[in-house]
Amino acid sequence: MSKTSLDELPAEGGRGNGPLLDVDNLHVEFATRAGVVRAVNGVSYSLNPGETVAVLGESGSGKSVTAQAIMGILDVPPARIPQGEVRFHGTDLLKLSEEARTQVRGQRIAMIFQDALSALNPVFTVGWQISEMFRVHRGMSKRDGMKKAVELMDKVRIPAAKQRVNDYPHQFSGGMRQRIMIAMAIALDPEVLIADEPTTALDVTVQAQIMELLAELQRESNMGMILITHDLGVVADVADKIAVMYAGRIVENASVHDIYKAPAHPYTKGLLESIPRVDLKGHELYAIKGLPPNLLDMPTGCAFHPRCPYRQDDCVTDAPPLYEIGGTRNSACHYWREVLDGDQG
Amino acid sequence: MGRYIIRRLIQAIPVLLGATLFIFAIVFALPGDPVEALAGEKRLDPNIVAIIRDQYHLNDPLLLQYWYYISGVFLHGDFGKTFAGVSVSQLMAGKIQVTLNLALVALVMEAVIGVVLGLWAALRRGRATDTAILASTLLLISVPTLVTGFVLQLWLGVWLKQTVGFEVFPIAGATQGLKSYLLPGFVLAGTSIAYLTRLTRTSLVETLRSDYIRTATAKGLSRRRVVGRHGLRNALIPMVTYLGADLGALMGGAVITETIFNLPGIGLQLYQGVYLREQPIVVGIVTILVLVYIVANLVVDMLYAVLDPRIRYE
Amino acid sequence: MSDMPQAGPVPQDTQTLTTDEKATASPPPAGGRKKAARSASLWSDAWYDLRRRPMFIFSLILIAILLVMSFWPSLFTSINPFDARTCELSTARQGPSSGHPFGRDSLGCDVFARTIYGAKNSIIIGVTTTVITALVGGLLGLIAGARGGLTDTITSRVTEVFFAIPSILGALLITATFRDASLGIWLVVIALSILAWPMTFRIMRAAVLTARGQDFVLAARALGASQARVMFKHLLPNAVAPVIVVATINLGGFIAAEAALSFLGVGVQSPDISWGLMIADARNRFLEAPLPLVFPAVFLSVTVLAFIMLGDAVRDALDPKLR
Repeated sequence: MSKTSLDELPAEGGRGNGPLLDVDNLHVEFATRAGVVRAVNGVSYSLNPGETVAVLGESGSGKSVTAQAIMGILDVPPARIPQGEVRFHGTDLLKLSEEARTQVRGQRIAMIFQDALSALNPVFTVGWQISEMFRVHRGMSKRDGMKKAVELMDKVRIPAAKQRVNDYPHQFSGGMRQRIMIAMAIALDPEVLIADEPTTALDVTVQAQIMELLAELQRESNMGMILITHDLGVVADVADKIAVMYAGRIVENASVHDIYKAPAHPYTKGLLESIPRVDLKGHELYAIKGLPPNLLDMPTGCAFHPRCPYRQDDCVTDAPPLYEIGGTRNSACHYWREVLDGDQG
Repeated sequence: MGRYIIRRLIQAIPVLLGATLFIFAIVFALPGDPVEALAGEKRLDPNIVAIIRDQYHLNDPLLLQYWYYISGVFLHGDFGKTFAGVSVSQLMAGKIQVTLNLALVALVMEAVIGVVLGLWAALRRGRATDTAILASTLLLISVPTLVTGFVLQLWLGVWLKQTVGFEVFPIAGATQGLKSYLLPGFVLAGTSIAYLTRLTRTSLVETLRSDYIRTATAKGLSRRRVVGRHGLRNALIPMVTYLGADLGALMGGAVITETIFNLPGIGLQLYQGVYLREQPIVVGIVTILVLVYIVANLVVDMLYAVLDPRIRYE
Repeated sequence: MSDMPQAGPVPQDTQTLTTDEKATASPPPAGGRKKAARSASLWSDAWYDLRRRPMFIFSLILIAILLVMSFWPSLFTSINPFDARTCELSTARQGPSSGHPFGRDSLGCDVFARTIYGAKNSIIIGVTTTVITALVGGLLGLIAGARGGLTDTITSRVTEVFFAIPSILGALLITATFRDASLGIWLVVIALSILAWPMTFRIMRAAVLTARGQDFVLAARALGASQARVMFKHLLPNAVAPVIVVATINLGGFIAAEAALSFLGVGVQSPDISWGLMIADARNRFLEAPLPLVFPAVFLSVTVLAFIMLGDAVRDALDPKLR
């Protein structure tokens, strides 16, 4: 396999044509003793500068694995990417040498993780960890790096940044730790930021603050953001597009507006209906029945059919393709029309 | 950190008293009269027996006897006298150095070999190198010191000397400086090397699975930096803890090694003390070894606090 | 969402998905019988795993041979080493000859027969010490962990004292002091047990503390189950695995410790036979006549190896995380 060199990537600022990041038919599988687990089965989505794509799904849907494949931080083996492309400025990252990928990682595509306490190294100060970006990638001295770290901590609005720069992660609150993760991720002005459940581990009030911070940082720098979450509530205010994943596939792809107005896949519909709503107080909360599928023993046909209220006989035998529903919208449901119209079964 | 250290120090006191009391009680709570046992077949003048009994506080209750002993140890460094009237402290003075040398040589070998093998295995996890290293640790753990001692004496001492024509590894005594300690040091370290190898491997493998390693990779750091800086620094904590605590254990294990290699340390002296039924020597040496053990563990607690900020700021 | 029972093999959405964890892939347990199903599947998974390990099979074969050797030594040799007439002083330290495959020792006795007969004491001492420490340490650990409070504080402090005494030194002290009490090999068992029970205690206690915080135990408590019932029905089954692992590994260690004590002259006493004693006996002329030392040494090593391998295999099977 020929390795593309990094030189083919346009320098920062010089944007090529087409999307900033283009995930195309990505497959990821894990070799396990019990068999091959196909965690991601042909996922595609694209991201433009300044745009936020929310990837939605429950745990095990493959949304984080997709993100890790984009970052190139999957453990290989047991993970394997049998097919698909991740094009960044048109260059397939999966074909780059490990060395070239290291240059992209952190500097041009950065990532923040769910649980900042375990995602930050417990034995180094936060200043050390943030400034490491500048020392390693920009060749800065320790002192200059620390100065930069303080600036960044200010930028993500950590109070008394100067005094706290030499503290350790465990000395911060959950929200502050997540801010530190963010500071580290945006240190080198990445073009893409992947946020993997950035607020799941936090209190509701803190969640809102963190989402606000992310949105603001994004506006300032025009970076593209991939927001991975299982929480539809988080998505509404910040996302432009939503990709809903189920059992390693994208089942619906649409703008936020369209999805909230009328979902075109029964799974999305179920997710929307299971959000508690003030105006429906007193009504029984809807829950999608059944369990997420066993990835080692996937249902035939449409993976969602055992749990689907719209199921027909052909759902059990034929896997639905991603139907185009006008414009840029897709749904992987044979009966998307019925779902869209809201006719139950 | 200060509070943490003080707490550890305070916690060490009852352990120290308990352990020394246990040792003391075992040896001196014996049924029968040690003075008469010492005299053996001879019949001693009852007056002399009384004087000796008095001198050794043998008529006092056990706890009081213990108090005399332990206060002597801590206040004057006095470990009592043998029944022949020789000071135990003086007996040990020249010999503890030999045992300390032996334990330190063993510790260095353990650290170097154990860490190198452990890291190597961890980075080649699941491959042939890893399997080979794990198999050899199994062997090192299983073959008792007693056996490795004699086998290496025969093989690296005698056989090698005959083959190359000169003595590579001395097999007895401590007269040739560092060289004398190489073979016994390795024998003493054997099991510990294996355990440290396994610990290092496990520790690094576990560390490399943690979330912050994934973060470090996502920061675009080289594999070398991720493993060497972020991984190793965390994996180091249990390794250093084990190593430090092992110094005391190594000195305790010296009794077998010194006996095999005829090294004139306190281990050999302990063996002779047991053989000659000189309780004061036995108690003195075991007490000092337990003290070393406890102090080594205290030092480890401090090191632990230095290495792990989560403890330091507790 | 977190209350939903996790479907067995659905991968977590993180990198924790590894080959090893999939080993325990099994259908999701039904909600109500969660605990029983889980501990049953732990043992059946472990057993499934063990049967496929050559190391486990190999160690079992070795241990079976050693057991036969301990109880029917005459199957292996026709010479009775306790019969002084089989020794011939004039043939002391002779090399192997017909009928004496391992040669003769310093008293002209047959090394092979003595080595075979030596297995018995090693096995008896190893096994009884293991059983005693597992029972005493396990029971105390269970009580301390389950009851907490003052019971726990006191027992834990006591174990700390024992941890401060290197076991071989402590055992040496005890056996040396009481060697005239004519307790035979039981003195070694007692000495090793006194020094080693805190290890089992600590492991059992830690495991019980972990189990104690789990939902099914809290639920049993809340439903008014008696303390004894909670302890033996709920805590013990969930805490016993690590104790078994450590007990197995320690067994090999006890056998090595017995040999060391016997070697130092404070373990098994002549005329009884022990590999450690044989090594001590042969050491003086070891450089000229190594065989009387080498054979018991090899048997000793293989015996310890067998039990350590067994322990390793059991540990890997019960705790597949770190393979």
